[in-house]
Amino acid sequence: MKILVCMSVVPDTTTKITFTDGDTRFNTQGVQYIINPYDELALTRALELAEPVNGSVTVVHVGLADSEPSIRKALSIGAGEAVRINAEPTDAQFVAAELAHWAKDKGFDLIMTGRESIDYNSGAVGGLLAAMLDMPSVNVITKIDVQGGLAHLERDIDGGRESSQCSLPLVVSAQKDLCEPRIPNMRGIMAARTKPLAVVEPAAGGAKTHYQKYELPPAKQGVRLIDPERAADLINILRNEAKVI
Amino acid sequence: MTILVFAEAADGAFKKSSFEAVCYARHIGNKTGAPVVAVALGITDAAVLESLSHYGADQVLSVAGTSFDHFDAQTQSAALAAAAQSLGANTVIVSNTYSGKAIAPRLAVHLNAALASNVVELPSLDNGFRVKRGVFSGKAFAWVDMNADSKVIALTPNSIDVTRDERSASYNTMNFQPAVASRLQVTGINKVSGKIPLTEAEVVVSGGRGLKGPEHWGMIEELATALGAATACSKPVSDMGWRPHSEHVGQTGITIKPNLYIAIGISGAIQHLAGVSSSKVIVAINKDAEAPFFKAADYGIVGDAFEVLPRLIAAARSGAQQA
Repeated sequence: MKILVCMSVVPDTTTKITFTDGDTRFNTQGVQYIINPYDELALTRALELAEPVNGSVTVVHVGLADSEPSIRKALSIGAGEAVRINAEPTDAQFVAAELAHWAKDKGFDLIMTGRESIDYNSGAVGGLLAAMLDMPSVNVITKIDVQGGLAHLERDIDGGRESSQCSLPLVVSAQKDLCEPRIPNMRGIMAARTKPLAVVEPAAGGAKTHYQKYELPPAKQGVRLIDPERAADLINILRNEAKVI
Repeated sequence: MTILVFAEAADGAFKKSSFEAVCYARHIGNKTGAPVVAVALGITDAAVLESLSHYGADQVLSVAGTSFDHFDAQTQSAALAAAAQSLGANTVIVSNTYSGKAIAPRLAVHLNAALASNVVELPSLDNGFRVKRGVFSGKAFAWVDMNADSKVIALTPNSIDVTRDERSASYNTMNFQPAVASRLQVTGINKVSGKIPLTEAEVVVSGGRGLKGPEHWGMIEELATALGAATACSKPVSDMGWRPHSEHVGQTGITIKPNLYIAIGISGAIQHLAGVSSSKVIVAINKDAEAPFFKAADYGIVGDAFEVLPRLIAAARSGAQQA
């Protein structure tokens, strides 16, 4: 079984988000970058699926050279090889077009992404890639097992869970509950240094959006405190002043 | 230059988020003169279809011919693409629900369209087509130009007002046969009955470590029931297994934007605030007056959850009976 994991690199979850150049660019100063947490789940589950059947796991990333420490981390977690498509990931459609162009004749049985990146939150790369490669796609999966070319899946739906099965090849996006992320061990870290990390140049193009300006959520006016002994007043205020219940 | 809206249904009726998507399309139609067509997949009940005309649809198109009973993003997006192409629609609005998010990217590929998901406001049409979308998991917003003739927009539920706009709509049907047979087979659906889905809730009651253990969640649920709210929790609570991950709101959980978010015993870490900061009104209840949540809240109670909650439950219940 050949598995491809698409990985993005995002600011650490504790990052305070600010912008520069008249709010037109994300301020990267002092920001720590990590593997997108949902992609890390996809990678771990890919390894769990591939290892018992001597399958392979390849990691692919669209980004510039400064992503390489995170790609090496993915190799130290256990991916066999990595590919970096050397371009700034300007939007989901650009990323998916590059991924599809590179992956289309490689014969992957299963392509995994995170359910969304925690920076641009499009949640679109998996679906875009699947449509470009003419494969089925199942989003936000919380479970996947593969037997005899058939994937058994569970996914989150609004207000519950759905189970399904689908023959390979298939694109899925990982949600929490899929597995516990694997932490690299010393042997993995040593091995990662010599694993192949190929760099290929972009070829597809395909951005259709332009990020024009950013803004932060409006600051709150200040909290109005209510005496805990008169907590019932809160319900009155919410009902009659704020009118939200 | 038609605007097409995917009217997503659940249990035979359209979701509120679908009416909201129709309203969104209506706003664009009013500015550009484009007609609004609401498309339903596998819904044939005339009274149900008619409900779409109350929110501004000029035409309602019911697609049949294949089974849409089970969700397959490949089949549904192909059906919507066929509808868009037959109507010459260049803008498609879907809801940013789990299903909508699965359909929108595939539809964008079919239509060679620009895609924007997680959209939270009406577009600006003064200079091209510009949408506002949530980024950095609720920590910020971005204004994005959509630079293609065709556009697919996934609208986050509870982003704009749902207002009635009665139309004498025309009703049409379309036959659709997928070119590729679905390989996906749904084998079971497990819905939590009687609970309001968190992603669609207008009021959310959320608990954190301050509740001290899963055995105290009865109070959270009682308050939620009295307010007609969904329940949620913080990351530590789901990590410790007190509550399922599906209730975890925050940067690595679900981002929500209800009208009212009540946080009980949650300190307000930056990752948690990211997931809830778009809520219209935020209430923080915490023992610690220094909890960061009070800086992000509209209303606060500095007090012990175990004393405050019973008072809130009683007050909420008495009001519910009067109403």
